[in-house]
Amino acid sequence: MRAYKPKDDVQAKPYYTDRFYKSPQVPKSSPESDELFSADLDAIKEKFEVLDAYIQVGQLVVYINPQDNFKVLEMLKNERAYSQLSEMSAIDWIADRGGFEVFYQMLSMAKRKRIRIKTFIKKGQAINSVEKLFRSADWSEREMFDMFGIEANGHPFMKRILMPYDWQGHPLLKTYPLQGDEFAAWYEVDKIYGKEARDIIGPEIRDTARVDRYDSERFTLLGHEVPKGTKITGDEPKHKESYQEEGGVFMVKKFDRKSSVVIDDPQR
Amino acid sequence: MAQIKNRLTPFFENITFDREDNELILNFGPQHPSAHGQLRLMLHLQQEMITKAHPDIGYLHRGMEKMAENMIYNEFMPTTDRMDYIASSSNNYGFALTVEKLIGLEVPRRAKVIRMMLLEINRLMSHIFWLATTALDIGAMTVFLYAFREREYLMDIIEGYCGARLTHAAIRIGGVPLDIQDSFISQLKTFLDKLPENIKTYEDLLDTNRIWLMRMEEVGTISTEMALSWGCTGPMLRASGVAWDIRKEEPYELYDEVEFNVPYSDKGDNFARYRIFMEEMRESAKILYQTIDMYEKCVKDGQTELMAHAPKYVSAPKLDIMTQNYSLMQHFVLVTQGMRPPVGEVYVATESPKGELGFFINSQGGPYPYRLKVRAPSFWHAGILTDLLPGHYIPDVVSIIGTTNIVFGEVDR
Repeated sequence: MRAYKPKDDVQAKPYYTDRFYKSPQVPKSSPESDELFSADLDAIKEKFEVLDAYIQVGQLVVYINPQDNFKVLEMLKNERAYSQLSEMSAIDWIADRGGFEVFYQMLSMAKRKRIRIKTFIKKGQAINSVEKLFRSADWSEREMFDMFGIEANGHPFMKRILMPYDWQGHPLLKTYPLQGDEFAAWYEVDKIYGKEARDIIGPEIRDTARVDRYDSERFTLLGHEVPKGTKITGDEPKHKESYQEEGGVFMVKKFDRKSSVVIDDPQR
Repeated sequence: MAQIKNRLTPFFENITFDREDNELILNFGPQHPSAHGQLRLMLHLQQEMITKAHPDIGYLHRGMEKMAENMIYNEFMPTTDRMDYIASSSNNYGFALTVEKLIGLEVPRRAKVIRMMLLEINRLMSHIFWLATTALDIGAMTVFLYAFREREYLMDIIEGYCGARLTHAAIRIGGVPLDIQDSFISQLKTFLDKLPENIKTYEDLLDTNRIWLMRMEEVGTISTEMALSWGCTGPMLRASGVAWDIRKEEPYELYDEVEFNVPYSDKGDNFARYRIFMEEMRESAKILYQTIDMYEKCVKDGQTELMAHAPKYVSAPKLDIMTQNYSLMQHFVLVTQGMRPPVGEVYVATESPKGELGFFINSQGGPYPYRLKVRAPSFWHAGILTDLLPGHYIPDVVSIIGTTNIVFGEVDR
């Protein structure tokens, strides 16, 4: 049977994977193994439903229901001394599970502990904004909206932050190609000149490694540059690489290579 | 091209003449020299007083997180340089440490010492650069020239180590690629011995300077609550009364073996931040002296390993690759296909010169990260301008942007 490949994931894929390769897991441990974490988890469990919880690489990960996110973060901030929301964003699982995983990375400076609250939302579902609790979520939620299209209910200014306001598509979705889609490729041309100018202007050359052999510079062969349009035969004579104005320049001393000194002590 | 008419209609967003409330909207940036890169601020003004500020970012957005999802882990390392390009080794390090935590790799001691040296040199470079540019923004041109002279020495040292001055890519997953060059320590010592004198020169020029004090004191005050709520870290947080330094609180590398203090202040204004940057330079110098001793001890003990031994993830030393068939095969696979870390998720925070630099990686066992999120400190330090600027005057904007020490490679990623 052919291996299943998700159709809505256009990101780079490994070109070869061993058939019997089984990837190892980053070890998880039970939350009871840490005193502070188990107390935090018990406090969450008392009031909210916890779907899963474990400790991975020294941090507690708790899965909760999406509608509880504001209340859980409020409780952690006010009662459990998690004073900072370091980071929040989402992971695109549309191809596998039809939704996103939103994570909140929190830090308690009093306890020196970090905890990650995770929740799963369906595609198109919005999440409660936590901007009222942590002002840092103001920009994080805008970034999440910009990159994934996840809206935060109750956010005061739910607009794109990194991409232009009139952008189409959400760049960090797995369905969005790395090189951008058609809208991205023609964004400036369409906006400034209109769609009908596409043929006249032509596509932007986005391959930075592209070298045009018949370019006027012909920088691939230093010293053998020719003017644009010249038919290159391959045996052009080498130019002189240094050049000085005939008869010298006013106020500028003639450069004498022999009398110049190369300083090799970086400390001078 | 010339015959195509463009559709851009002229508009005057900067000036609103006939408004009942007499409000002026000023568009500051994105090409303003003291906007430190590509920051656009839309400022609502009453006379010269700012009533509302709206920072607009994204002019330098290159989609690094997207790029990371389409690259093998080692390929992403030079890309991290382009985030906080003032101290690029600290980005390299943050990423390398995160992947090492993900795969559970222990780095050899000698590599750890070299990494610490690089990190602290980067911190010094970043702080000196901060001082130079901020002083220049405020008008102290002399400080700028002196500070850049000192930064030049450090760049020379780094250049001697890795060949690059700005984008170092000097740290690898699993260690460092090279040992430090022979002249490294003597050059570093020469620099460090002169550093207190140099810092004193800056302080003599600034500490009692009336203009400097008027622009700095009681300007841009961030309260502790505001700093915590906005996710401020690093010097921004320490100036607001929280002595939180990740090197001290959650020590990584060998920071638990060196002695240093964490300067902090409860003032929260521009001047407090300036003092913290100056004190942190002294602390960095202290750490560097200790790492020199640690390095010399490593040499004496005969610890020569620079890369961790983990054939599944890290290529063998060059000698092995060139002489042993199996090492060559593994190296080939690691270069062409990339390492495949275990399935799991990790968030690791390090103390970069700007604040808490965190990398979040979700790995699904493939050679590309399934999701990589960069927690760049400057992102929130730019965001705080929304709440910080109202109530200040236009000239204060320059000094406040200066002391927040934001770098736009990192804000926009």
